[in-house]
Amino acid sequence: MNAKLETAATAAPTAPIKRRERRNPLDYSSMRWMQIVLAGNFMFLYFPILALVAFSFNDSKRNITWQGFTLKYYEKAWNNIALHDAFMNTMTIATISTLVSTTFGTMLGLAIYRYKFPGKALYDGWIHLPIVIPEICMGVSMLAFFAAMNIPLGIFTITVSHIAFSIPFVAVVVRARMSGFDPSFEEASTDLGANQWQTFWNVTFPYMMPGVVAGALLAFTLSLDDFVITFFTSGPGSTTFPIKIYSMVRFSVTPEVNAASTALIVITLTLTITAMTIQSRSARRQGK
Amino acid sequence: MTEARKPIIRIRNITKRFGSVVACDNVDFDIYPGEFFALLGPSGCGKTTLLRMLAGFESASEGEIEIDGQPMLDVPPNKRPVNMVFQSYAVFPHMTVLDNVAYGLKVTGVPKAEARARAEEALGLVHLEGYGQRMPDQLSGGQRQRVALARALVKKPKVLLLDEPLSALDAKLRDAMRLELVRLQHTVGITFVIVTHDQDEALSMADRAAVMERGKVMQIAGPGDLYEHPNSRFVADFIGKVNVFEGKVSGVSGGRLAVEVGGMGRIEVPHDGVAQGDVGIAVRPEKTRLSKDRPASGLIVLKGKVTDVAYYGNESHILLDTDAGVQVTTTVQNEKRSTDAAMTIGDDMWISWSPEDTLVLNG
Ligand SMILES: Nc1ncnc2c1ncn2[C@@H]1O[C@H](COP(=O)(O)OP(=O)(O)O)[C@@H](O)[C@H]1O
Ligand SMILES: [Mg+2]
Repeated sequence: MNAKLETAATAAPTAPIKRRERRNPLDYSSMRWMQIVLAGNFMFLYFPILALVAFSFNDSKRNITWQGFTLKYYEKAWNNIALHDAFMNTMTIATISTLVSTTFGTMLGLAIYRYKFPGKALYDGWIHLPIVIPEICMGVSMLAFFAAMNIPLGIFTITVSHIAFSIPFVAVVVRARMSGFDPSFEEASTDLGANQWQTFWNVTFPYMMPGVVAGALLAFTLSLDDFVITFFTSGPGSTTFPIKIYSMVRFSVTPEVNAASTALIVITLTLTITAMTIQSRSARRQGK
Repeated sequence: MTEARKPIIRIRNITKRFGSVVACDNVDFDIYPGEFFALLGPSGCGKTTLLRMLAGFESASEGEIEIDGQPMLDVPPNKRPVNMVFQSYAVFPHMTVLDNVAYGLKVTGVPKAEARARAEEALGLVHLEGYGQRMPDQLSGGQRQRVALARALVKKPKVLLLDEPLSALDAKLRDAMRLELVRLQHTVGITFVIVTHDQDEALSMADRAAVMERGKVMQIAGPGDLYEHPNSRFVADFIGKVNVFEGKVSGVSGGRLAVEVGGMGRIEVPHDGVAQGDVGIAVRPEKTRLSKDRPASGLIVLKGKVTDVAYYGNESHILLDTDAGVQVTTTVQNEKRSTDAAMTIGDDMWISWSPEDTLVLNG
């Protein structure tokens, strides 16, 4: 306790703040009851996931008791043709959706960062709509739209929907990145003799790049594990991985489902961590 | 400056409006080759706007600019024979120091090897040898500024434009950098146009300065003239400290002006040019003397009571309430170590100065 007080005192020699009888919000984390509450929360959030992962290695047909370690359900999931097809569908959709939405999202983010135009605030709010609107509404409206346009549901409609809801996410990430961009960078480049094209590719784009990559990874992840919107816009033969898992669960929860879900978790987690690392690294470089 | 020389920059009746704001108001002057020229004025007076028009980032609402004999109206920034050091330095964060400096050469098609060699040379010029492979975030603010300088100078511009180059540096570095910039300008022989709001900076570095206020150029002169012969209250007040008394012209004869000033009576000061009606009679603090007894005649004298003494080591600033109803500041050099003779608050003193040191300010 004493040592703690000392470090607290030495850590803040520059801030001559009056000592008040009030705790720093972070101090609460050292309190026993708080730790218990936090631990409880973590359990509540992550135990189901841990159980799901653990039981994917369970050598039993049912998910109830632990019978021993096995990888056979991964093998089984891998060899499940329908599951495999669904996975390939998902990958195709996610790849195309990422490419297209990253391109448009980047352009949108850059335009919103750069230009002032009448009604910009409104437009800005408008493009954020897909982020806040309930997914179910997006799904229904997409379905209604495709039906009205007489477009048959399938891989194409799913991809278009994914592009539509991914663009704002990419735009937001790119724009956040650009908010640290000093407009004098572009002026300096011009001043030094570069034309607009050279300025964009040599100065603006490299600066924007971490945001673009992070946005792309985000778009990929979103597409990969989207269920609701995909559910509304998929047709025969266009089952995606999450939807396939869902239909398997409706049948019965087997370790095979656990194995497939675990695979999805691992992919999503890897992409998310990569995106976060890129963003934090570029933020550190940016922070002078 | 010899007026016979051809100007490198001609600014002709330039006006710049941003909506209803007039950032530059009918600005008209020349800058000559090899000059260290300062645009001086309080924040918001339009200095940066004028500089940016020279660089080509803003276009004038009216008037024209010629650089090196060429009209600049249709010349984009990347084609102008000037380079700029930005207030934020704008050193590209994702390039090494060497790539930053070589950038302006590479984009204009200078072969890689030559660009590299010239960039190294420019880094030497600003004492950054061996820093080529560093990233900008590994440099101090002062070093980043040197990179920005090298990056602009490597282009061998006709004119180097610098926007508040010293404002982001700490006080000590700022003083060193002033000398450094003057030295650099002598070395490269390029015309420097510097924007600053700091009169000390302008006076100590520039050959000539244009003092601006609210978009207008008030006076263009060398540092000595700006200080000793300001042409307006604004310039007198902006450049250094000054005591101003309100007076009324009562007569002119043979290069001498008779002025009636409250608390001083009728005084006579040398003055050429026209003056009538209300004028400001002004004197710099260091031109005044203080004495316990009434000084000899021939000087302008005024009685006052010491209200404050600010001690600065080498000198003291003494504030007095005077019979003229104006608070007067005088500076006293602390030439002797003894502090016996120090003034105390409440002392009655005579303030005096020579008529030759008096400024007559119109308007
Ligand atoms: N791009 C702009 N849009 C609108 N007003 C501007 C713009 N740039 C400058 N101004 C205005 O013009 C005036 C002069 O600005 P500036 O040249 O930056 O002054 P200084 O550099 O002397 O501080 C200010 O009133 C400023 O608000
Ligand atoms: Mg400025």
